[in-house]
Amino acid sequence: MPVSAKWATLLVLAALIAVTPFFFPSSFYYRVGSLIFINGLAVTGLVILVGYAGQISLGHAGFIGIGAYACALAPEYLGLHPGLAAVLGAVISGLVAWGIGRPILRLQGYYLAVATLGFGILVAMVLANETEITGGPDGIVVPELGLRDLLELAGLDLRGSVFWYWFSGLVLLFGAWLALNLHRSPTGRALRALHGSEVAARTVGVDVARAKLQAFVISAIYASVSGSLLAFQNRFITPDVAGYLHSIELVTMAVLGGAASVLGAIFGAGVLTLLPQVLTVFAEYEQLMLGFVMMSVMIFLPAGLLPTILRLIGGRSE
Amino acid sequence: MKTRTTTAIAALAALGLAGAAQAEIRLGATLSETGPASFLGDPEAKTLEMLVEQINEEGGINGEQVELIMYDDGGDANKARTFATRLIEDDEVHAIIGGTTTGTTMAMVPMVESEEVPFISLAGAIVIVDPVKDYVFKTPHTDRMACQKIFEDMQGRDITQIGMISGTGGFGNSMREQCLDVVAEYGIEVLADERYGPRDADMTPQLTNIRNTDGVQAVLNPGFGQGPAIVTRNFSQLALEMPLYQSHGVASNSFIDLAGAEAAEGVRLPGTALLVGEGLPEDHPQREVVVNYKTAYEDTYDEPVSTFGGYAHDAMMILKDAIERAGSSDPQAIRDAIEQTEGLVGTTGIVNMTPEDHLGLDTDDFLMLEIRDGAWTLVD
Amino acid sequence: MSELIQFLFSGITVGAVYALVALGFTIIYNASDVVNFAQGEFVMLGGMITVFSFAAGLPLPLAALVAILVTAGIGVALNKLAIEPARGAPVVSLIIITIGASIFIRGVTQIVFDKQLHRFPSISGDDPLELLGATILPQSLWVVAGAAAIFVALYLFFTRTMTGRAVLATSNNRLAAKLVGINTNWVMTLSFALSAAIGALAGVLITPITLTSYDVGVALALKGFAAAMLGGMGNPKGALAGGLILGVLEALTAGYLSSQYKEAATFVVILAVLFFMPQGLFGRKSTERV
Repeated sequence: MPVSAKWATLLVLAALIAVTPFFFPSSFYYRVGSLIFINGLAVTGLVILVGYAGQISLGHAGFIGIGAYACALAPEYLGLHPGLAAVLGAVISGLVAWGIGRPILRLQGYYLAVATLGFGILVAMVLANETEITGGPDGIVVPELGLRDLLELAGLDLRGSVFWYWFSGLVLLFGAWLALNLHRSPTGRALRALHGSEVAARTVGVDVARAKLQAFVISAIYASVSGSLLAFQNRFITPDVAGYLHSIELVTMAVLGGAASVLGAIFGAGVLTLLPQVLTVFAEYEQLMLGFVMMSVMIFLPAGLLPTILRLIGGRSE
Repeated sequence: MKTRTTTAIAALAALGLAGAAQAEIRLGATLSETGPASFLGDPEAKTLEMLVEQINEEGGINGEQVELIMYDDGGDANKARTFATRLIEDDEVHAIIGGTTTGTTMAMVPMVESEEVPFISLAGAIVIVDPVKDYVFKTPHTDRMACQKIFEDMQGRDITQIGMISGTGGFGNSMREQCLDVVAEYGIEVLADERYGPRDADMTPQLTNIRNTDGVQAVLNPGFGQGPAIVTRNFSQLALEMPLYQSHGVASNSFIDLAGAEAAEGVRLPGTALLVGEGLPEDHPQREVVVNYKTAYEDTYDEPVSTFGGYAHDAMMILKDAIERAGSSDPQAIRDAIEQTEGLVGTTGIVNMTPEDHLGLDTDDFLMLEIRDGAWTLVD
Repeated sequence: MSELIQFLFSGITVGAVYALVALGFTIIYNASDVVNFAQGEFVMLGGMITVFSFAAGLPLPLAALVAILVTAGIGVALNKLAIEPARGAPVVSLIIITIGASIFIRGVTQIVFDKQLHRFPSISGDDPLELLGATILPQSLWVVAGAAAIFVALYLFFTRTMTGRAVLATSNNRLAAKLVGINTNWVMTLSFALSAAIGALAGVLITPITLTSYDVGVALALKGFAAAMLGGMGNPKGALAGGLILGVLEALTAGYLSSQYKEAATFVVILAVLFFMPQGLFGRKSTERV
């Protein structure tokens, strides 16, 4: 029975997640892994927007911020269980995306870029300024999700970094599965059609505005969940999680990996998350290297690092 | 779980090899050498490197060489947390100095508390040591103390109504809150409360508003970086003829250069003995430590000292003293020894810690300084 | 009333810098359809290179000239090494390339220079002047005068000289320009050099007031970009208007509404303009050919 691309991707991903811990020299690497998964989740959502639908968003970290701060604030101010707070965060992000999506997505190219940039900056600004509620620029403590304690009751006692590795890996797998399903669905095809040419898509009956909005909302929810995971793992969150530098990092991760596939998204997330860890001795050169990598990849390997590597290995093009 | 087995084996191995392989004290540091707080992180990092080299040349601590493992979190709280994890779980350090900003410090707190590794922070906010956490200490005066020192001085000048202009960054924000909290205790009222962003280039609108508020007798500017320098220039441009108080966030010589000696004339702020340097009276208890550090730093790096480097200096000295007293590099023992620090002379003041006070300084160690003729002078 | 004047002075000073940054964006956009997110770094380089040249002993005017020339060179290098090789790439790629370039330039600056704040003396001292009941620094007047001079000079350049008109022709229709014998590559080089030089000059003029350090470029790029959008991307008149309006808007918001959210006002206005008048104040309504 031939394995479809979707299941192949999921299998590869699951295998990577399950097997790499055997090579970890210390439990610190679980932490790096979970960060890659958390970033990968957000970037997968972004790939739906940028890769499938061909839009741009320089403000996506804003949704990460909403998801993260929902987990910090809802338990305190609304008495919600932290898990429900994460759900609330996703709902709010989805609603906000839906609300601003319609006017914003009418724009194209640089105009769309600056509009999303403005959105992200406004979110970060509100989070930083409303100190009474959000704790301001110095950040705020996030309550325990409680899953680890539940597992302890069931007899499984995991160290923090280990637990989060597996948990975020699972969430990422789920998110990847959803994204891959979307790719093959009518909505996914509509998105890819409008990426090619909006006018052409419209002529074959695709409701372009609605499709774009769907992509925007879905990617916002991905980002929100990613932010919630980060908040719970760190037990602490600051407003720069919603800042534009973070947004740019996300977009870079997306295009590094080729912006067209889920595996690419995770690959890109992996590269940029590992970079500061690898460059620690040369921390001074980190910015320089990051800028250099961004420029080189986009100039010489515009399809992204992963597709190019795969092509070199595979020797055939799709 | 595989990891626990691995850790258990590693622990046994470590115990077995304790005599030979672990004959080294590993200190971890994660500072903001790059990014928005590099102004503070850069001198901190340089100070730590210089001191560790010095200590090793003089034979180390308890006869053991010190290894300094330093990372740069770029002012990002998430990165700081990751590097803290790395220091504890991968590099297996015995203690950590770091957290240039309150945000990065607070992000590391959950880790050091659950992994039980002593941590000395270099950040300013009072929330770091209040409520007290077992494994968290800090060297800079709290922002609350800075407010208290300033208000005390204002009282002495019969100032009862002031205007405030604060940066929206973490430091300015936090200090503004503390000041608003304690101001009434000194019989002072805040009539105007303006803000500015960390990258703002011109504060004349805000200062104009303060000037137009009837009854304002003095202005307080919590913040650090370029903001206070620009506020000071604008202050002079608008010819606001009233006292201007800055925060300890700008306690460095470069502030005077950036603001311009003329505009900075008469500006007061709470600073540490380090800024006065050779200007301290001969019998001042901190004089020797301060001058030694100042000379060493300025010779090694060819740039003026700053109080931020001083915080790192004190953290290192506290740690060295604690490890010497503990006689071992066990994190728990180091933590207990830090808590018992008594009479340690640093650049920031004289440190006396207790289980309830993980800072060890009080407002007497803070000196009210005034800028006169482009130099720091003590206000008596 | 005098406080309104004070706010306006503040707004116009900062606005003049935004206008110059926006102008830099406009020139490059016109020549190559690329929005150069590294534009803010040119301003930073203008300031930083002057600081260090001056500290190394050069007299201030010479240091400034060195800064402007070096930055122009960096602008040309940016074009040759990063933008030209990516000709025809999608917008997302170009955005990443120029943002990558700005991060790269910042990274190099940190290492070559340092991470501290710096300043150099003003052109004609720091004694404020009294004007219409408010005070203004002499350096502010230099900034505004400098901006005005550049705009006038460029206007004359574009309309009265052959080279200038060649640049305009290239931005209107690249292919047609090539067909009539205009060396479009050279036009690109010139545009980048010009844009970088203008940014550097802005940096030289504004540093005595706002200080400089390796990361002042980011915020400036954002605001300059927003100003260019506001005025209509690609229109120099729009760049001037957008920059001044943005600067004044910021100052008025800080003065009358909330100093905390003054930047929010900027972005709210940008979003409003983009939603209701996406071509900006002076932009042409463009139609995309299918």
